[in-house]
Amino acid sequence: MQHTAFQGGFTDAPIQAAHAFRACLNAMARPGELQQIAGAAPPAPLSVAAGTVLLTLCDPETPVYLAGAHSAKPIQDWVTFHTAAPLVGPSEAHFALGIWDALPPLTEYRIGTPEYPDRSATLIVECTDLDEATHMLAGPGIKATRAAFLPEAAAFTANHALFPLGLDFYFTAGDQLTGLPRTTRLEAL
Amino acid sequence: MTEYNYAYLDEQTKRMIRRAILKGIAIPGYQVPFASREMPMPYGWGTGGVQVSAAVLTPDDTFKVIDQGADDTTNAVSIRKFFERTAQVRVTEATADATVIQTRHRIPEQDLAEGQILVYQVPIPEPLRFLEPRETETRKMHSLEDYGLMHVKLYEDIAQHGHIATSYAYPVKVEGRYVMDPSPIPKFDNPKLNMAAIQLFGAGREQRIYAVPPYTDVVSLDFDDHPFEPTKADHACDLCGSETSYLDEVIIDDAGGRMFVCSDTDFCRCRRAAGHVGRLGTALPEAAE
Repeated sequence: MQHTAFQGGFTDAPIQAAHAFRACLNAMARPGELQQIAGAAPPAPLSVAAGTVLLTLCDPETPVYLAGAHSAKPIQDWVTFHTAAPLVGPSEAHFALGIWDALPPLTEYRIGTPEYPDRSATLIVECTDLDEATHMLAGPGIKATRAAFLPEAAAFTANHALFPLGLDFYFTAGDQLTGLPRTTRLEAL
Repeated sequence: MTEYNYAYLDEQTKRMIRRAILKGIAIPGYQVPFASREMPMPYGWGTGGVQVSAAVLTPDDTFKVIDQGADDTTNAVSIRKFFERTAQVRVTEATADATVIQTRHRIPEQDLAEGQILVYQVPIPEPLRFLEPRETETRKMHSLEDYGLMHVKLYEDIAQHGHIATSYAYPVKVEGRYVMDPSPIPKFDNPKLNMAAIQLFGAGREQRIYAVPPYTDVVSLDFDDHPFEPTKADHACDLCGSETSYLDEVIIDDAGGRMFVCSDTDFCRCRRAAGHVGRLGTALPEAAE
């Protein structure tokens, strides 16, 4: 059966969103720790994890930027139908979605203001695999250090230097999710 | 209760609260504004904590509510029943069994573990509010990291009383950046703010949410020559004999008689069940179980 924009949403939104939010919360509160998240069945190439994060956190109040291949018409239609989030460019977006190579320049996104650092974008980065650890993380939410997958180091080091301003990241692959808030420091693996 | 949505609040409200919680986690100690809703209880009874709990709970959770450490006070009982009906959660009084604990003005004596979430009810989230009433100014002070006024307040305590007389809602600095009000917990509890559990703070009337992720550096403000000191009544619990727990003083007659009991009722009950007996205590009948 062909995927249409009307399919693939939550079947029991309050319960599924509650479980999905706990995964989002744990991911952001324990940077780099793998979380399972499921519920949505979005059109390819959108992953289950990224689709579920969108359904859990986005609504008409949160402009979304779809980057690169993720701005294809089927995904646009799916996001619009299920979340009613306005689709915008990177500078207005509360949430941005795409593969790592499609999201830059990161300087385009909102990093908050000194008085309102929360008015910053959250980037959902689609990855092929989160299992292979590439960097060592430290900071709030991490007892000592934790090894985790990151697509590169320089961008996240620069983002951490902006604290308390800065971007927050989710990394998604299949039904797996990790988070990286602006507070996390990178250490050599 | 099928007349209401799961966990009482509508989905869009929960999404808004959830986004505020996530930004709070990303910026530890920073107060995130949120569009607080009217809840079926008056302001001052935990409307902020209840909204945070509603956004966090799933049907798999076990929920515990304490008010000044006690599970059996009006406020705790009614909030527990509220979520038992609207969120289909199991409820417990045992700290270790709970996955989400909503608290008013205490941190449980027992150390919390990874996987637990502690939700605080906060009356005044702004630690600088009684020093500077204007929100525009306090916001600017936080953005400039201008916390001199708070140190002046603590210094004036020392100048007037010889020691820092602030005994509850004792200000802390989170991860070396934001000064935060830990809600009116006794300063005895401040060292426990460094914990393995996620801490979420909700202020309903003041419309603020803030958070402290696990293993985050939380330091109570002090001076080199007047270091921070967590204090408690210099007694042992009269029911369970604990010398380390935070105590409530209870007047027991009109002739000046008084007793000290653990403020954490679950901690006290567990100790008595394990056979500890204090000065005025009797062995629990259920001590056998």
